[in-house]
Amino acid sequence: MNVIETTVLGKRYGSTWALRECTLAVPAGHVAGLVGPNGAGKTTLLNLVVGLAQPSAGSLTVLGGLPSGSLAALDGIAFVAQDTPLYKNLSVADMLHLTRNLNRRFDRAYAQARLAELGIPLKRRAGRLSGGQQAQLALTLALARRPRLLVLDEPVAMLDPVARHDFMATVLTAAAEDGVSVVLSSHVLAELERVADYLVLLSAGRVQVAGEIDDLLAGHRILTGPAGEASQYAERLGAVHLRRGQAQAHLLVRLSAEDPVPPGFQAHPVGLEELALAYLREPGAAALPGPARSQAAKPSEVTR
Amino acid sequence: MSTLTMRARPGHDASLRPLPWRRMAWVTWRQHRAALAGVAVFLGGLAIYLWITGLQIHHSYATACHPASSLTCTMNFTGRYGITANVVRSFLQSVPALIGAFAGAPVLARELETGTFRFAWTQGIGRYRWTLGKLVPLAVTLAAAAWAFSELFSWYLRPFTAAGYAIPFSTLDFDLRGVAFPAWTLASFALGTLAGVLIRRAVPAIAAALAAYTGLALATALFLRQRYMTPLLTSKPGLPGSAWIVSQWYTKNGKFAFPAQASQMVSAASRLCHGRIVDVPQCLARHGYLQWDSYQPGSRFWPFQWIEGGWLLALSVLLIAATMWLVRRRAT
Repeated sequence: MNVIETTVLGKRYGSTWALRECTLAVPAGHVAGLVGPNGAGKTTLLNLVVGLAQPSAGSLTVLGGLPSGSLAALDGIAFVAQDTPLYKNLSVADMLHLTRNLNRRFDRAYAQARLAELGIPLKRRAGRLSGGQQAQLALTLALARRPRLLVLDEPVAMLDPVARHDFMATVLTAAAEDGVSVVLSSHVLAELERVADYLVLLSAGRVQVAGEIDDLLAGHRILTGPAGEASQYAERLGAVHLRRGQAQAHLLVRLSAEDPVPPGFQAHPVGLEELALAYLREPGAAALPGPARSQAAKPSEVTR
Repeated sequence: MSTLTMRARPGHDASLRPLPWRRMAWVTWRQHRAALAGVAVFLGGLAIYLWITGLQIHHSYATACHPASSLTCTMNFTGRYGITANVVRSFLQSVPALIGAFAGAPVLARELETGTFRFAWTQGIGRYRWTLGKLVPLAVTLAAAAWAFSELFSWYLRPFTAAGYAIPFSTLDFDLRGVAFPAWTLASFALGTLAGVLIRRAVPAIAAALAAYTGLALATALFLRQRYMTPLLTSKPGLPGSAWIVSQWYTKNGKFAFPAQASQMVSAASRLCHGRIVDVPQCLARHGYLQWDSYQPGSRFWPFQWIEGGWLLALSVLLIAATMWLVRRRAT
């Protein structure tokens, strides 16, 4: 089952396309990281998934074929929006009661136990909690709905490292123990490397990379060799990205461990951050399941 | 970190019946009880004032006005309380506008302004039920409070009507009585919610709702209300005091001569009677001029109330439907 499935999905605000020709399938059972520079369309895609926005083009289904925004979809998806909006003048207990009233399922015992564990007093107003506690409260409310899909938009952007770690630990626990699928957007690549096992890379409103992180890492190699021959091999191997140093050049290529390496070059495994950065620097390159990346895309040379 | 686990989820194939409305009732009450309390304090304060002064007024009327046309009544009743009553009536004109704007505009504008709509509209209840479950109970509650208030105000005003000081159709209080007052409050609330979802910020939405309400109320009082039913026409003198005169003019030989305005009448009379005028209407009558009155009789008070209440209710339903439509299609 795919928790998100889109076909040439597009969203236009006025005359600007925030997202276009987005074809994507995120299978269930993953913690999927949605990465991209600011303005790449991450929030737009997530708003479409949770039904806050309507597509301008293409189609979108969630949770294995439900139309986004339908009652059944709303029922199965919990969303924590950017900056975790809560009713600041309501107490934590009232936020719990409110969320319970707005949903078919609400595991009050889970929510109360979780808040007690976090040391969040039920009587305090939501607006008087620390940023980390507000994020945890929003996440607890979302998880107590027992969703099948948890969508998080930049959940940790405003949090300090400890709160960030605690927040992600809660997400991972829910994913591991309860099988909740998670889609979270972030531009903190290091954060995703720890938690995500599926990567969707958006750039300028298009999907550039999508796939399981293990497969992506296994399917790419960094080749290091003499700078003079780098351009020639970059073209021949269809390198994603070429980075030149003083004497040596580094090529990111789509090669697996078994593939032969050009003479004079050494192959190294690639890290997620390095991979993502390379693709972000080459908006023409793509690594998608299904049809191979476009042949027209030639890597530009970056000299250091 | 967490060692808690959630219980197994129940089957998701269970048919998704919409959540019962009573779930929204708690949400609406919890989130808007402060606004409702504000309205209660505001209307309650005014009601206490009307009640206390109303008792004095009723007492004064009972002692001074036998008959209502007596000089004692004019001196001790209308002379004493008339001006205050006019100030009260003028001030109360703003009450539906204030209630509607302050209770209606923030309902959606605050959510859109602070971003909490992203929370509310992604809950299982769905934004359609969420919005209706907020707007309808609030609208009904406010209209009911306004209706109770209008009953009290009608009681307060009764001696003035009886003494002939206030006619039923007076612009100062027609919309404060009967079904018109709750209907205006409802329309004001509906205008507020629509302004809120259009403007997406509470304070400008309140201002816009007040402005729109003022325009609508003025247009109704000045142009619309007198056209609810075709006015009656008479050339006989001695209209009852309760009649609402829409216009007056003179004819001669069946043809329109001039409107019955003081300046026109005096200039015509001085021309006709060569300055020896004792009584202008008499002079004009002697020279074959006939005065016509077009008027709404006082007996049409309740038909007019229901017409005004009816179209305001229809307008409110339309405005709330427009709000719902905007909420449903609102892209973020």
